[in-house]
Parts: sequence; structure tokens; C-alpha cells
Amino acid sequence: MNQNQFEEAYQEHWQEFGRLLDELESKDTAKKTSGISLTEFPARYRKICNHYSLSQARHYRPALVDKLHDLVLRGHLQLYRKKTNIFWSIVHFIAVDFPRTLRKKAFFFWLSCLFFCVPGLIAGLAAHNDPVLIYTIMDEHQVADMESMYNPGNEKIGRSFERTEEDDLTMFGFYILNNISIGFRTFSGGIVFGIGSIFFLFFNGVMLGGVAGHLSHPPFSTTFWQFVCGHGSFELTAIVICGAAGLLLGYSLLVPGRYRRRDALRMTAPVALKLVMGGALMLVVAAFIEAFWSSSGFSANVKFSVAAVLWSMVALYLFLAGRRSRES
Amino acid sequence: MSTQSDTRYNYQTPEGVQLALSLAGPMVRGAAWLIDFVIRVICYLIAAFLLELFGGFGTGLMLIILFIIEWFYPVIFEVRNGMTPGKQAMGIRVVHDDGTPVFWSSSLLRNLIRSVDFFPFFNITGFVTMLLNSRFKRLGDLAAGTVVVYTREDDHQFSIPDYPAQPPPLPLKLDEQRLILDFCERADNLSTSRRHELATILVEFTEAKLPENGLLSYGNWFLKGKSNNESKPV
Repeated sequence: MNQNQFEEAYQEHWQEFGRLLDELESKDTAKKTSGISLTEFPARYRKICNHYSLSQARHYRPALVDKLHDLVLRGHLQLYRKKTNIFWSIVHFIAVDFPRTLRKKAFFFWLSCLFFCVPGLIAGLAAHNDPVLIYTIMDEHQVADMESMYNPGNEKIGRSFERTEEDDLTMFGFYILNNISIGFRTFSGGIVFGIGSIFFLFFNGVMLGGVAGHLSHPPFSTTFWQFVCGHGSFELTAIVICGAAGLLLGYSLLVPGRYRRRDALRMTAPVALKLVMGGALMLVVAAFIEAFWSSSGFSANVKFSVAAVLWSMVALYLFLAGRRSRES
Repeated sequence: MSTQSDTRYNYQTPEGVQLALSLAGPMVRGAAWLIDFVIRVICYLIAAFLLELFGGFGTGLMLIILFIIEWFYPVIFEVRNGMTPGKQAMGIRVVHDDGTPVFWSSSLLRNLIRSVDFFPFFNITGFVTMLLNSRFKRLGDLAAGTVVVYTREDDHQFSIPDYPAQPPPLPLKLDEQRLILDFCERADNLSTSRRHELATILVEFTEAKLPENGLLSYGNWFLKGKSNNESKPV
């Protein structure tokens, strides 16, 4: 078969396939002009692939080869497109996938916990014993702000005197922006051989530990602890999980096993992503609790009881959720 | 062929076909980023201006919108068709290493790690990383297994002088055909004597007297086939 016969024989087929692609590429579902059933698509695509290979092997003219290559490329994009039901995949992720992945990578969770809690505890004890020490990790303004936030004389704790109810919503937005950004950065820093994650875990550990240690003296101690005990359950756990995701990335680069570092990273990254996205969702919950519950006027005893419930919820969720569901 | 020096890379699909993808370099990607950056700032300013009217509630919503724009702006666009408005303007798109469209997971990965690529400012880390590997990948691309490619792989339409088409005496390889087409395309810009001089290199292959005309007729044949007069679109 020479080139002209080849073109004449299949011209129509190519044009039909082109129209089918146009249809698939346009978002407008009502635009059904080709009248070709989608079930025919794979077969037609394979045929185009075959024609493309033939035209190349037979050294047909470049314009034709280019045209067929273009059809193959567009067909490839359509055939290997992944369509998922986003709602159910999110539900499945929360109920099964995230806690299960975390349990599989429990080592990194505890490692991350170590990098976060050890500096936090040391800074906390040190700041507790030496009230001046806080000034080495924060400047005077920040310390004054922080102390005024947890002043028992406040109408509502966790905010300074002049704050009003409307600010709950503002603070919700602020917690979302600030805390989840911290979580994401803690994760992505892990790509530098884990160093970035360790840095953020350490840094946040020292800051939070220092503040907690400093405020564990009267008159701040009760107001401070009743404010943070509730949302801390989700928030601290989530930061540790984001750190674990980053450490996982770093570990894949440091200990790639039998793979090239590049491949090890690429294979580990989706697992790490699951952890960090789960962490981000937990931070959304934490922001909600922090903005609307932690600052509410309930008595300290109620706050501490609810905190106990929240902490057990987090533990039970991460430990038990998705155990029964079959491996998908 | 000059596979060493150009920025195409080949991927073999399960159908046994070689796909050629043209990789986008740091400059065009930088330009796309800049366009996106301006769009992001404008979006944010509009949101800030409108929400300012709603007091504490507005401020909270504004902060959430800032958060979404900051981290998810590229993801929202990339999962739809692989390109943010900036990339669309520059004619590039994100695909997986195997040429398939990006999923949520890969788009999220490459855009979360963007914060490291940005470090310390203006994407310096990402820029250096792109220069250190052969596929112009920044760290996010390395983790997600994605590349940024031109949407239509160099959409080069040869435009050559019309001449009666005629097949060459022996079959030519694709590269050789392209070479002749390149010559035909430049023919109009060459002086008659230079045109003749260049074509004479291939004199054994064409007619002895006016080799350039021979090449032109082959070029026309490569481009339009026999049916030169109606030149139907392929």
C-alpha cells in the first residue's frame, strides 16, 4: 500500500476520531456531533496507534506522521484520564484510608512525635523554672500579648480585652490559614532529606513548650490550660502527623533501598500525601474547636472533661478506624 | 537525530507507540508563574475589598480565601485540564511522566512542595533543581512524577512555495524528509544562487540542471501528497 492509498483508505477514520476527541475535550456534554459510541473509543485509539507506527516505519511524509502523532497524543490523554467520585473518595479517605496509612507508618509518627515533644518538654520545663527564659524565644511584645490573652480578668479567655464575639469567625479563618500552612510547610520541608520537617517540628515544639511552661504559673495556669486542652487534641496530633509525612519523604531519599533516590521518592510521596492531607483535615477540626469552643465561657471542669473526650476520640479514631474494612 | 540537544523526550505507551513530549523550560514556566501570581494577587484584592464590608465574618472568610488561593489555586485548575491560567497563556500543561493527565494526588503533591521550591525567594530552589535534571523538574515534579510540556507539540506547519508535487526516486527517512522540507521553507529567503548552491549538494539525487526545483517538488509531495492542486487537510 503506498502513501496515497493509505491516506485515502483511512482518512475518514482519522477525521471521525478527531471529531470524537473534540467532543471528549469539550466540557459541553450536550455537544454530541460524532455519533460514535464511547465503547468504540479504545479500539479506534489502538487503530490510530497502529497507523501512526506504520506511517513512521514506512517513512511516510512528515505532515501525515505529525498529524497522526497529534491524534495519538490527544487520544492517550483521554484514554488514561482518571475519573473518580470525589465525594465518596473523601469519605473513604477519612473513614479508612487515612487512619490505616498512619498505622502502617506508625514508626514515622512516633519519630515525629519525638522531634516535637522532646524539645517541647525541655523548653516547657525550662520556661517553667525560669520565668525570664521565655524572652530568649520571644520578644517582649509577644510575651505581653500572650499574657494578656490568658489573663483571668478577661471576659473571655484566649483573646485580649477588646475582642468581641464576631472575632470568633475571624479567628477561625486565622487558625485555618496559619495552622494548616504550618502543617503543609512541615510536610514539604521533608523533601530536603527530612531536615525541613525536623526544623519545623523542633521550632514549633520549643515555641509551644516555652509558652506552656511560662503560662503554667498562676494567675495564667488555669485559663491557659482550659483554653488549649480541647483543640490541642486535634492540633498537636495533626502537626505531628504532618511532620511524620515529611519525615517519610526524607527517609525515602536517605534510605532508598534498592531503588534510585528519585524513584523511591516518587513511590513514597503519595503515601506521605495521604498523611499530610489527613493532618490538614484534622487541623480544620482543630480550628473549629479552637475558635468556637475553647474561647467559650464554660467552666474549667466542663472544658477539661470535653478535652478528655476529644483526646480519646482522636486516639480511638487513629487507632481503630478502618480496621474492619477490606483492603481495596 | 538530535535527541541529545533538544528538549523532547519519548515515552512508550502500552500500545507500543512512542509519544514525543516537548518539555517546557524554566523561562516559559517562570513566565506562567508570574502571570498566575498576578492573577492570584488580583483575586485576593477583590476578595479583600468585597469582604471588608462584612466585618468579623468577612475577615474570617478572607483569611480562608487567602489560604485556599495560597495553597490550592494551581491544584483547582490543574486537575481540570492540566493548566492554570498562566500555563494556558504560555501554552504549557502539567502531565504525568507517562503523558497522562494529572490526578488530584499528583497535583496536590507538586503544589504543596512548591513552598520548598519557592525557598528562599522567587522559586530559586525550584529553578536550580530544574537545571540539575534532564526533564526540567522542580522538587515538586520529582516527588509527584510530573513534567510540564507544551500543549501542542511544536505546532510547526511547514509553509513552502507551491510547486508541482513529485515523489522522490527512493524512499526517504522521516528526518531526511524534514531536512528537505526545511530547505523548501527557507528557499524563499535565499538568493537564487545560494539556493542553487545548497541544492547542488544533493544533485545526484535530483535532476542535474536545477536541483532546487527537484527538492521543491519533493517537498510539496511530502507536505501535500499527490493531490497537490486541492491540498486537502490531512
